[in-house]
Amino acid sequence: MILELQSVTKKFGGLVAVDNVSFKVKKQEIFGIIGPNGAGKTTLFNVISGVYYPDGGKIFFNNKEITNTECYRRTRLGIASTHQIVKPLNELTVLENIMVGACFGKKSATLKQSVSIAEEIVDVVGLTEKKEVLAGKLNVPEKKRLELARALASEPDIILLDEVLAGLNPAEADEMLKVIQKIRESGITILMIEHLMHAIMKLSDRIIVLDYGAKIAEGTPEEIANDPKVIEAYLGDPDLALKLIKSKENSL
Amino acid sequence: MKKRYTLLWLIPLILAISLIPIITHSVIYRETVFLILMYITLAVSLNIILGYTGYVSFGHVVFFGIGGYTSFYLMHKFGIHLIFAMIMGGVVSAIIALIVGEAVLKLRGAFFAIATIGINEAIKSLVTNLSWLGGATGMFFNFKIYKTYGGAAKAIWFAYCLMVIVTIVSLVTSYFIKNSKFGYGLFAIREDEDAAIVLGVNAKRFKSIAYAISAFFPGLVGAIFFFKAGNIEPEDAFHLVKSIEMIFMVMLGGFGTISGPPIGAILYERLKGILLVNPLFKNLHMAITGLILLIIILFAPGGIVGTLRNRFKKIRSLLE
Amino acid sequence: MYAWIAALINGILVGLVYGLAAIGLNLIWGVMKVINLSHGAFIALGMFCAYFIFHFAGINPFLAVILILIVGLILGMISYFIVLHRVLDAPELSTLLSTYSLSLIIIGLGTFIFTTNPRAIDIGLGSIGIGNIYIPITKILTGLFSILFTIVLYVFLYKTWTGKAIRAVSLNRAAAEFMGVNSTFILSLSFGIGVGLAMVAGCLIAAIFPFTILSGAVYELKSFVICVLGGLGSPIGALVGGLILGLLENICALKIPVGYIPFIEFVILVIILLVKPTGLITKR
Repeated sequence: MILELQSVTKKFGGLVAVDNVSFKVKKQEIFGIIGPNGAGKTTLFNVISGVYYPDGGKIFFNNKEITNTECYRRTRLGIASTHQIVKPLNELTVLENIMVGACFGKKSATLKQSVSIAEEIVDVVGLTEKKEVLAGKLNVPEKKRLELARALASEPDIILLDEVLAGLNPAEADEMLKVIQKIRESGITILMIEHLMHAIMKLSDRIIVLDYGAKIAEGTPEEIANDPKVIEAYLGDPDLALKLIKSKENSL
Repeated sequence: MKKRYTLLWLIPLILAISLIPIITHSVIYRETVFLILMYITLAVSLNIILGYTGYVSFGHVVFFGIGGYTSFYLMHKFGIHLIFAMIMGGVVSAIIALIVGEAVLKLRGAFFAIATIGINEAIKSLVTNLSWLGGATGMFFNFKIYKTYGGAAKAIWFAYCLMVIVTIVSLVTSYFIKNSKFGYGLFAIREDEDAAIVLGVNAKRFKSIAYAISAFFPGLVGAIFFFKAGNIEPEDAFHLVKSIEMIFMVMLGGFGTISGPPIGAILYERLKGILLVNPLFKNLHMAITGLILLIIILFAPGGIVGTLRNRFKKIRSLLE
Repeated sequence: MYAWIAALINGILVGLVYGLAAIGLNLIWGVMKVINLSHGAFIALGMFCAYFIFHFAGINPFLAVILILIVGLILGMISYFIVLHRVLDAPELSTLLSTYSLSLIIIGLGTFIFTTNPRAIDIGLGSIGIGNIYIPITKILTGLFSILFTIVLYVFLYKTWTGKAIRAVSLNRAAAEFMGVNSTFILSLSFGIGVGLAMVAGCLIAAIFPFTILSGAVYELKSFVICVLGGLGSPIGALVGGLILGLLENICALKIPVGYIPFIEFVILVIILLVKPTGLITKR
């Protein structure tokens, strides 16, 4: 078990953003998190990465409790994350951005090592031609790839991907999917939030569904697609319900 | 890693400037160059927290004052040698920066800026009220103190040489920070602190260390400056205008770069010299400084070095 | 006993003026998230306007305030376009420094033209005596004018379309623009009002205290303390913060050496910034 959450709760004032959520993630798994908008998915990620501390419950990483471990320490332990709203270090070049990831992540590379790591990873995510460009000058899909690259550079055990496919055109999304599969093959566990149903259904080994902060279902993609509670939760969002049903048809 | 050759020309340049008064034995040149060196060190050290880390320390002069008062007191009361008193001045400044930083570095942006102004004003009025530090009139050296150094004239030359060393050390420090892992951590904090933390940067510790280093050098400079002046008073030691001068030099030269602050410092000292000599501009120098600063902020926020760097990519490694 | 009552009354009256001095700073922060470091310079400018209007036209500061408000409004709106418009969305360093350079320009020119000699306006309205306590009428008038201006500002912000537009822009500029508010105009107007109020405060202060071109800096620093006390961005908070500071200064002066008061003020500033940067008396 690489990551385990035990009844984790996070409140903002009166609002319960994450409500008593428990799950376990196995090594080298692709673990999907879905749910309607505002279901608390990003908050859950932030609780795992340490941006927020939970109000209740426990988090274990590699069988060590990290519930109250500071954010930067978790990164060093091997939890890397990408942001849903990209946060490039604007005035640093693409290469330097990735170097920062390598220097301060689990790898804790020296500055020299970080250059060669960055050179490698820049190829993996396909930003080779832009490596000397300031990160602020990239377009959004490129910034998303940079987010991924920075997280990878830290050589994490687990990587949290928050909607890395959003805003990409189908060709770019396919490209990204390949990159994600490559990452898994290299032995890294992936935890991902995604709105693109067909993508998450295709990629994930297991999925949990959040609604109003609580976990309403857990299982393989087929189990999730057939779960009446899940369909019900998505009915508030007809568009997504439709996608869900479509993806079910495709998977059959 | 990008190779940077900035120091290869910067240090020889500064040494050459420093040698002019020593060779010519000119007191006038010595005073000018002393001021230039002092400005360089102040600008370079402010750049570490302002330019590298992105925290606008508006009241940075407070560390100049603390260093000055600490060392002056030690020399005045206990006859401690300038070198030791100076180091104590720097260390005390750095320690106070660590303590104060523990609290105020939690604040971001404008709140941090206001807090640093508040700290400077608070310490200034505290010192003004402490009679054992001389209160509002400050302290004056007994001229006997200069005897240790072979008389007042020699003591001032000694202070000058010490200033040269401090300046070089500050530049080398700035260079090494810029080219280190620590430096990259600081840049990450400057660009996006939250992102930096998620990337694994221990932002709290990094900021504290950067703040302490950027407080250490003004402490040393304050010690030498007030030793040379022979007296110290709160209005001189904690003069907010000096803070603004530091920021001006950093912005003029180019913030976040290695060569920018020294270039800005040299130009500012020259500019001030020219303006103060001219009877018409003498009283206008503040207004002109303001105008130049405004033009930089509006049209060339990268300062001289930043603008050159973007225009001539090839000489980047010589400037950054 | 008399000393306490005198201190109380003085504290309230001076506090009201402090509050007025801080409102401009607070409004500008609230609307555009800019700390206007030229605030003190405009206060000083207001003092000198009052001085010259009094000496050359013989109009006393309490009548000149309207004129000075208009001058400030125009100066502020022009300043906005020159100094702030280009850098409004840049990092905070830019707005801090651009407004500071404006301050350097104003104070620099002011020093050049007016020198740093102290000046005072003596309109000689005498004092009102209650028992053994004498209070200058000018002080009472400045207190009343401060309240008046705060009320006018409130009515303007909450009852007029333009005022509502200002509040809308301060809450969410993009949304306000979407609703058809010309945000550039509103921002420049807000800066103008902020500057106008600073100059009005300068004018009123000049009526009760002697001043030099550098005096504005003192009130600017006090304004920081006040805004932080009352909450950055809330006009009523500024008035309350001003009252607290005025009372603190006058009452503390009875018990501890006057020299320590600035120290206490700035320690309070830093502590409140750390503990509750939104201010002590904000609703949100």
